[in-house]
Amino acid sequence: MPSNQSPGQAFDRPLIQAQNVSRQYRLGEAVISAVNDVSLEIRAGEFLALLGSSGSGKSTFLNLLAGLDRATSGAIHVRGRNLAAIDSTELARYRRDTVGMVFQSFNLLPRMTLEENVELPLRLAEVDRADREVRVAAALEHVGLGGRRRHRPSELSGGEQQRGALARALVNRPAILFADEPTGNLDSVNGEQILLLLREIQSTLGMTIIMVTHERPLAERFANRIVVLSDGRLVSDTFRRAEAQRLQSGEQASEAFGPNT
Amino acid sequence: MKGRDLTELAFRNLREAMLRNSLTTLGVAVGVASLVAMLSLGVGLQTLASQRLNKSGLFDSVFVSSKRGMRFMGGDGPRPTVKKSAKPEDTKLLDETSRQEIGKLPNVTEVYPQIRFLTEVGFNGATYSTNVLGLPDSSRNTGTFDGITGKAFSSPTADEAILQSEFAKELSPQPATLVGKELTLRYAQRHEASSADVANEKDIDKQMDEMMSGGITIVSREKKLRVAGIIDTDPSAGMGGGGRVFIPLRVAEDLHVAQPNDVQEFVHAGGSGKPVYLQLTVRVKSPKDVLKVEETIKKMGFNTFSLLDATRNLRLIFTVFDLFLGLFGSLALTVASLGIVNTLVMAILERRREIGVLKALGATDRDVRSLFFAEAGAMGLLGGISGVALGWLIGAALTWGTTMYLRRQDLPGVKISYVPWWLAAGAIVFAIVVSLLAGLYPAGRAARLNPVEALRYE
Repeated sequence: MPSNQSPGQAFDRPLIQAQNVSRQYRLGEAVISAVNDVSLEIRAGEFLALLGSSGSGKSTFLNLLAGLDRATSGAIHVRGRNLAAIDSTELARYRRDTVGMVFQSFNLLPRMTLEENVELPLRLAEVDRADREVRVAAALEHVGLGGRRRHRPSELSGGEQQRGALARALVNRPAILFADEPTGNLDSVNGEQILLLLREIQSTLGMTIIMVTHERPLAERFANRIVVLSDGRLVSDTFRRAEAQRLQSGEQASEAFGPNT
Repeated sequence: MKGRDLTELAFRNLREAMLRNSLTTLGVAVGVASLVAMLSLGVGLQTLASQRLNKSGLFDSVFVSSKRGMRFMGGDGPRPTVKKSAKPEDTKLLDETSRQEIGKLPNVTEVYPQIRFLTEVGFNGATYSTNVLGLPDSSRNTGTFDGITGKAFSSPTADEAILQSEFAKELSPQPATLVGKELTLRYAQRHEASSADVANEKDIDKQMDEMMSGGITIVSREKKLRVAGIIDTDPSAGMGGGGRVFIPLRVAEDLHVAQPNDVQEFVHAGGSGKPVYLQLTVRVKSPKDVLKVEETIKKMGFNTFSLLDATRNLRLIFTVFDLFLGLFGSLALTVASLGIVNTLVMAILERRREIGVLKALGATDRDVRSLFFAEAGAMGLLGGISGVALGWLIGAALTWGTTMYLRRQDLPGVKISYVPWWLAAGAIVFAIVVSLLAGLYPAGRAARLNPVEALRYE
C-alpha cells in the first residue's frame, strides 16, 4: 500500500477486491454456506468493521480475505493478485508479508516470552537477528509494553496480551491488519484501549484495518465503514462520512511516516 | 525459516514440555543403550576371543615344512600335507637361508622353529624330568604373560626361565618364592664338529672320516637359568602343549639340544652338519595376511599349513552373533521410535493451536514440517548421545561384574564389553535417522493442518 500516493488516488484503486465469494462446508450430507456470494471492494487506509451475529459468516469471510482459508468459488484479488490462484506456499507468504492478524483469544504462544512471540513473524520472514531485535523493541514500545518483554503471556493481563498480539501483527509492517473480535475477551476499558490503538495505527501508519465484531456501538465509534453480514450474505455496506473526513486527515499524517510495507 | 532459528525453536519446544520430552528421549536413549550394550558385548567378546586365539598363535601363523620332511614335530600339532611325488632334487632345504628369506616377506613378523625337548632340571639338589619349550619373542605382545607372578623375560637372550605353576608347585610348596632363584638345566648338546675339533682328533681314520663329511657329536651340558616368573596358563596351548619350563627361544636355539631326529636330519642335509629345520612357524601381522604369505611360501617350494579355514568359521559365527545382538538392540530402538511417534502425534494434538498461530503468522507447510522434524531429530540426537553413554556404562558394569565373578573364581579379569568409536558414532546416527523416520508422519500431519481449524481448537 503505497501511502505516498495522494489520498484521492489511494481510494481510486481497491486494495482488496472480493468477487462473488462463497465458502461452503460439508457437514455429512448437508452443505452449509458460511459465505454466500459476497462481493466487496476495500480501499487502502479504510477501517472496515464486519458486523454480524454469530454464525453470520463474518469470521469465515475474514479468514478468506486473510488467506487462512480458501473460497469455494469466486475470486479475491489483493493488490491485483488472486488468492484463489496461488499455491499454499505463496498463500503463506501473503500471510507473512502482507497481512497481520489479531484474534479474540490473543493466541500468543504460551511457551514463549512476549518478546519471542513478537519475534516469530520475523523469524519466519528470515529477517537478520540484529534487525529483529530493533524491530521487536520498537513494536513493543509502540503498544506500550516495552517493560514487559521478558514476561510470558500467562503473566500478562488480557489487555496486555492483546496489545502484545497487536505488536506481533505489526512487527512485519503489513499492509492489512485483520482483527477477529479483538475486544471479545476484554473488559470495556481494555477493549476501548485496543480499538484506540487500532485507530491510531490506521491513521498514523495508513494501515488498512478489517475488524470482525458483533458489537455495533464499537463498530460505529471506530470504523469508517460498516459491512453487515447475515447468513453468509452481505446485507448492508455503510460508509460513514464523518469518519471519512477524519480518515483523510489521517492519510495525510501517514505521509510523514513513508511506506509501511 | 532459517536452520538456526529452526534448531533454536525445536530445542526450546523440547525444553518446554520437559517431562514428556525427556521421557521420550529417555526411551530413545534406552533403545540406543541396549543396542550399544548388545553390540559392545559382541565386539568385546569377539575381541576377547581373537585375543585368546592369537595367544595360541594358531590364527596368525603359517606352519612351513620342507617337502623333504617326513615327520612333523610336536605330536598332536597340525600336520602338513606332504606330496609323495616330491623328489629330493627339486625340493628346497628348510635351512637358515630359507628362514631368513621367509623372514623378509611382507607382513611376516617372526620366523622361528619350534624347540621343545625333554630334559632334566636340577633345583635344590633334586632333579626333575620335564619338557622345556622355547618361547618366541612375539609372546610378549600376545598376552602370554598375562597374570604372571614375577616378570616376563628381560630380554630375548636372557638366561631366564619361566615356570608353569604346576611344575613350580613340584619344586616348592610356595611357588612365589622361586622367582629369582636359580635352576640348572641338564641337556644333551648336539655339537657340530668344526675343523679344529677334527684337527685335535688323534685317531687319523676318524679324522679322515670327519673331514670328508663333517659330523656331529653329542655332549652333555649344563646351563644355569634364573627363574623370572611363574604363569598359570600354558602359552604353548594349541601347538602341542606340554611345556612346563619356558625359556627364550633364542636361548633355546643356542643350546643346540640334541633332538631324536638329529641323525635323520643330518642325513637329509647331506651330512653338512648345518642346521636344517623340520618345521618353521611363521607369524604374520594379522590373520588376514595368512593366505597371502602362505601362497608366497608355497611358491618358494615348501609345504605350508594354516588354520585359516577355522578362523573363517569363527568369524562367521561372530558375525551371526553380532547380527542377533544387533537385532535385539534394534528391537528396543523400534519401541523407542514408536515412543517418538506417539510423543509427536500427541504434541500435534496439544499444539494444534500453536500450529494454527504459526500458520496464521505466515509459516509455510514446510516450516511447520521442518520444525516438527527438527524436534524429532533433536530428540534422536540427545537420546543417541545419552544412549551411547548409558550403553557404555552398562557394558562397563557387565565387565566389572564379570571381572568380580572371575576374580572370585581365581581367574584373571576380562574386558567383555568394548565400545569402538564407530559403534558410538553409528549408534548416534542411527538414533537420529530412526527419530527422523518416526517424525515423518507426525510432521507431515502437522504441516497439513488447516490453520482455521487449528485456531478454532481450544
